[in-house]
Amino acid sequence: MNRWLPFEWVTAVRFLREGRLQTIFIIGGIAIGVAVIVFMSAMLAGLQANFIKRVLTSQPQIQLLRPDQVARPLRNGPGEIEDAVVQRPSQRVISIDQWPKIRSQMLAMPEITAVSPTIAGSVLAVRGDSSRAVTLTGVEPDTYFNIVRVPDYIVAGQARLTSDDIVIGIELARILGATVGDKLNIQAASGAIRVLTIAGLVDFGNKGTNQRATFVALRTGQSLLGMIGGVTTIDMTVKDIYAAEEIAKRIEAANPVEADSWIATNAQFFTAVRAQETSNTLIRLFVGLSVAFGIAAVLVVSVIQRSKDIGILRAMGTSRGQILRVFLLQGGLLGFVGSLVGAAMGAAALIYWHSIARQADGSELFPLILERRLFILTALLATVTGLLAAMAPAVRAARLDPVVAIRG
Amino acid sequence: MASELLRLEKVCKSYNVGLPTETEVLHDVDLRLDHGEFLALMGPSGSGKSTLLNIVGLLDRPTSGRLLIKGEDTSALGDAAITHLRGHTIGFVFQYHLLISAFTARENVMMPMLVDRRFPSAEIETRAQQLLAQVGLEKFANNLANNMSGGQQQRVAVARALAMNPDLVLADEPTGNLDTKSADAVFELMRQVNREAGTSFLLVTHNMELARRCDRIIEVVDGRIHA
Repeated sequence: MNRWLPFEWVTAVRFLREGRLQTIFIIGGIAIGVAVIVFMSAMLAGLQANFIKRVLTSQPQIQLLRPDQVARPLRNGPGEIEDAVVQRPSQRVISIDQWPKIRSQMLAMPEITAVSPTIAGSVLAVRGDSSRAVTLTGVEPDTYFNIVRVPDYIVAGQARLTSDDIVIGIELARILGATVGDKLNIQAASGAIRVLTIAGLVDFGNKGTNQRATFVALRTGQSLLGMIGGVTTIDMTVKDIYAAEEIAKRIEAANPVEADSWIATNAQFFTAVRAQETSNTLIRLFVGLSVAFGIAAVLVVSVIQRSKDIGILRAMGTSRGQILRVFLLQGGLLGFVGSLVGAAMGAAALIYWHSIARQADGSELFPLILERRLFILTALLATVTGLLAAMAPAVRAARLDPVVAIRG
Repeated sequence: MASELLRLEKVCKSYNVGLPTETEVLHDVDLRLDHGEFLALMGPSGSGKSTLLNIVGLLDRPTSGRLLIKGEDTSALGDAAITHLRGHTIGFVFQYHLLISAFTARENVMMPMLVDRRFPSAEIETRAQQLLAQVGLEKFANNLANNMSGGQQQRVAVARALAMNPDLVLADEPTGNLDTKSADAVFELMRQVNREAGTSFLLVTHNMELARRCDRIIEVVDGRIHA
C-alpha cells in the first residue's frame, strides 16, 4: 500500500482488485462500448472528410450568378394595373454586370480565399460523325484550379489551357472516341466554331459530369459564347466551409448577384451527413447509457457485498464523505480504465477495417483519422459516466447505518 | 481517584419509535467508566449488551438520556463530529468479520491512520509494524486477512483498534469464536495493553472465567444494569 495516496484511492483500488472477476467483466463491457464509439466516430469522421473533400474540390464553395431576368411590365399611366399572369422571360446567357468590380470586392473580403471569374454555356462537341451537347466552361486556370482542383482529377494528359486547348471528361472522350492530342470541333449556338486540341481528360467520379464537363481558357470561352469581356459566374472558396451559406447570403444582400453556396446546392448531401450524425449520436447515447447501467449494477452489488467492510470503516472513523468518494472513485476508475482498453480496441478495429475496406477503384474507403482529441474526449466521457453511474450506489454506501452494516 | 472517561445518564434506547411495534431495549441505564479501567459486560442474549456497546461506541444514539465522553455531551454533536470523536477516542474489536479482506494485516492496522488525514504519513507504516510486533504478528504483516487463523485475525484487530491511541477499546465478544488457548492469548494481550498504556476496555463476553479477570463486571439483564 502506498501510504502517500489518499485513503479513498487506496481503498477503491483494493476493492476493485479484490472483486477481480467482477471488475474484469465490467471493464470488458465498458471497453466494448467505448470501442464501438471510437470506431464509429473515427470511421464516420473519415467518411465525411472524404465526401466533403470530393464535393469541395470538384465545385466552387460559393458561386455568384447574374440574377434571374424578370419581365418588367410597361405602364402607360397611373392607376393602370398589369395582367394577373406575367409570362416568365427565357433566361439568356448574359454577363454579370460590372463583374471586375464585384471580383475586387470579393477579393477584399477576409473570409474569401480564392476568386475566379468563369463563363459557362452550352456548345456542341463534334468529332467526325459523333457529336454531343456539352457544358463549356471558360476559366482562368491560375485562379480556377485553386477552387476546382481539375489537375487532381486529370487521368490522362495535363490540365493545360492555352487558347487552343480543351480539357474534357473521360465519358465524353469515350463517346466521341477521342483521346489526348486529338482535335475537337466546338460549335456554339451563335454559330461560332473553334477547333481545339484535347490537352487532358478528367474523371470527377460521376458519369453525368464526365459526359458534360469541358474546360477551356476564359478568352476562348468568351469568344465561343459570344460574350467578349463577359463572365457568367464568379467562383470562390472560403476559409470556413461551414460558413459558406451565411457568407453567400451576405454577398447577395450587398451586391446585384445571386450567390449559391455549396451547402444550398448539395442539400441532399447535407441531409445525409446530418442523418448520419444523428444516428451516430443516438448510438453513442445508448451505448453510454448501457455502460452507465452496467457500472451502477456492479457497484450496487459491491455495496451489498462490502456492507460489513463499510461498517468497520465507519466504526474506525471514516466519514460518510470518504465512503462516498471510495465508491465514486471506483466508478470513475472503471470508466477510465474501460475507456483506455476500449480506445485501443476501437483503434485496432479501425486500422484493420481501414486496411480491408476499399472502394470499387481500389482506393481507401475512408481516410484513417485517429485524432488525439477523440481519445481524450472518449476517456473523459467514460470517466464522467462512471462517476455519475456510481453516484446512486455511493450515496447508498455512505448512508449505511454502521450498526446495521456491521451486523450485515 | 481515577478520572472519568465516559458516563451514561438515564440512557434509554427504543426501536420503532412511534409505531405499534415500539420496543424499549435499554431502560434508564447509568454507567461510569474511568480511564484505565478494564470492564466486563455480561448478560444473556437479547439483554441489550450490543445496543449498549453501540451507544457507548457512538455508532448509535440513545432515544433519551445523555452520553458524556471526557465530560463532553455527545447528544448535541453532529454526524461529522461524532465520526471524528469515534475515530480518535474509541477502537473496536468485533466478534465476526474482524478485518477487511482486501488488505493485508499491516494495511488493516494502517487503515485508521490513513482515514485520519492528520496522522503523519511517514509514521503510518512504522507504527503499524510496531503494533503488529506488539501483538506478536510482525512476521504476518504481509498476509492477507483471509490467510490468517481466527486468533491471528483477532490479534490484528486488537492492533488496529490501538492504531489511533484510543482512550477506550470496545470489544464485542472478541474471544467468542476462538479456542481456549487463542482466547486466552487475545485476552492477555488486551489486559497487557490496558496495564501498560492505560487504555480502558469494555469487553462483552459470555465467558465467566475471563470476566473474573477484569477489574469490574457489569451485568445487563432486560435492558437494565445490575452492577
